[in-house]
Order: sequence, then structure tokens, then C-alpha cells
Amino acid sequence: MDFLNRMLGNKPKSAKSAKERLQVVLINDRTDITPAILEALQAEIIEVISRHVDVDPSTVRIDVEHEGRSQRLIADIPLRSVPRRRAG
Amino acid sequence: MSAKVVTIASGKGGVGKTTAVANIAVALAQDGRKVVCIDGDIGLRNLDVVMGLENRIVYDLVDVVEGRCRLRQAMIRDKRLPDLFLIPAAQTRDKNAVSPSDMVRLCDELRQECEWILIDSPAGIERGFRNTIAPADKVLIVTNPEVSAVRDADRVIGLLEAEGKTDQGLIINRLNQSMVKRGDMLSVDDVLDLLAIELLGIVPEDENVIVGSNRGTPIVLDGKSRASQAFMNICHRLQGQTVPFIDLDEHDGLWSKLTKFARGGE
Repeated sequence: MDFLNRMLGNKPKSAKSAKERLQVVLINDRTDITPAILEALQAEIIEVISRHVDVDPSTVRIDVEHEGRSQRLIADIPLRSVPRRRAG
Repeated sequence: MSAKVVTIASGKGGVGKTTAVANIAVALAQDGRKVVCIDGDIGLRNLDVVMGLENRIVYDLVDVVEGRCRLRQAMIRDKRLPDLFLIPAAQTRDKNAVSPSDMVRLCDELRQECEWILIDSPAGIERGFRNTIAPADKVLIVTNPEVSAVRDADRVIGLLEAEGKTDQGLIINRLNQSMVKRGDMLSVDDVLDLLAIELLGIVPEDENVIVGSNRGTPIVLDGKSRASQAFMNICHRLQGQTVPFIDLDEHDGLWSKLTKFARGGE
């Protein structure tokens, strides 16, 4: 089966998964922000924002991105379009 | 003379710190520089055996710090290179026998004696690590293209930044280019992407390194293998020269192709 997978190129290269896993782990190590904390952050941000504007919770994305050795928290919060009331 | 203090650290053990120290030191001494190596791994000393100087130890680092001998008395002169010295670690003590300020004081005294001071840091990020980075002007981080080594290197880089030790250089050791090509080993670019610090050297995996440490003869002394070429390049970059990185895809010679074929390929 392994052989077949290899022939078909189904098995992802191990270096690729090493890099992807390290990207996540290093962000956790550098910032102390675990995926659980991110999730909690996301829920609370949605709650606060929803008090004022209409957002679809399923589209909100909170992520830590890194550039060189510095990290930043990125929040992408699409707003739900409100049907405009016509004047008159 | 006022020496530059370079500490070699890694976080994870077994990535090749001690070998790197021995080879860079030999390369600098071969270039005519006066070099003193300090084994900072108190209780687990190894730089002496890797350099082949284990039979000549009388005094060690802790003896100097505790005033049982003068600095000069603890400096073992290399038998092959008269400008290369080793201050061995104590084997029967632990890391707490020395403090970061002891190391700073010792290095300040040594700076007048030589041009380069290379300190071999122990694995880990505790007292022994703190001792060895305290006097450092530059820190070289050794890693392997492997998840645990890269992760630990990142941790060390973070700790160094917190200490204000921003002059850093990365050495990627034991790179196996055929595994990289197969997609089964992190490439140099992958590691640089993840760690985001300046690259000082790439050392290919090379059996000669073990042969050299078996004999107590750092491979740079014979100078022929690819790893020894890599260490010589590191030595030149440390001295400020611009040296191109070795061509990892360089074709093997006919002989190594034949032996690989005889062994069943690689």
C-alpha cells in the first residue's frame, strides 16, 4: 500500500510536514499563545464586536502571523452586509 | 591583543557543538590566529577528547575560578598547533561551581592573551548555558535539520535576544542533501525561514567527523573532507570574509560513486 501511495505520489513529503508543524510550534513557544488561547480570544472578540455590529461568527479568523522573528496577531472580521433602507 | 569571545550553543544536545568548536578553533589557529577554547560543560567535559588533549590535563576551569592555579597554568597547548589552547572543564564538579560573572572576569583576563576565545556551551538553557553566554560578543547557534534541534535552537535564539546578545550566527550541521532532495529533510531555506537569523555555515553530514573524533584529530587538520571545507569557510566568515556557501549538489567523485554502488546505493 505504501508502495502504491508512493507511486501515486499520495504521501506528503516528511520535510513539508516537519516545516508546517514547526511553524505552529515555534509560534506557540515564542508567544505563549496556544491554539486554545486563540480559540478563547476568537470567541471573546466575536462577542464584543457583535454587541455593536453584525458579524457572522463562522467567517471570523484570528491568527498569529510571523515576519522574521516578530509575531503579530491578525484578526480578519468580515462584516455582514446590512440591506440599506431606502429613503422615502 | 583583544580577543573576540564567541560562544557556541544549541539548546539540544548531540547536534555537534563540541565538534564545531574544535574544528573552528583548529581552522582559526591554522590561519595563524591565537585561539583559546573553553569547555563550558562542567561535569560532562568532552572538548578535551574531541581535540585529543585529554592526557595533558592538570588544571581546569574551576581550578582557575577558585584560585588554585593561574590562568596560564590551565591553558593546555595543542600538540599540533602552538597557537591553540584549551581550558578544560572540571569533571567532578557541577555547573554551580562557576557563575556568569566568573566567566566574564576570566574572559576579560584572557582577552589580552589571544585573538579568539571560543566557548563550548553545555546542552540545556540553565546555569551552564547562562555562564557561557555571559561573556560572549557573538553566539553561534548549532542546529540539525530536524524538528527537535530546530525548536530548541529557536528557544535559545529567543533567550539570547532577551539578554541583548543580538550578534548571532547559525550553523546548520549534518545536512544530508540526498534526503533534502527526496523531500525527507528540512532544507537550508526551510530552517532559515523558521529561525530567521543570519546563516554562518552549512556543514554536510560526513562520516569523517566521527573518524576524526575517534582519533582526537578534528577533521579540519587534514582538510580534505567536505565537512572540513565547511568548517574552514565558517572560520573565514567569522573573520569577516565573504565566502560562498559550499555547493551541496556537487557531484561525488568516481570512487565514492563506486563504493556507494558496491554498498547497494544510497
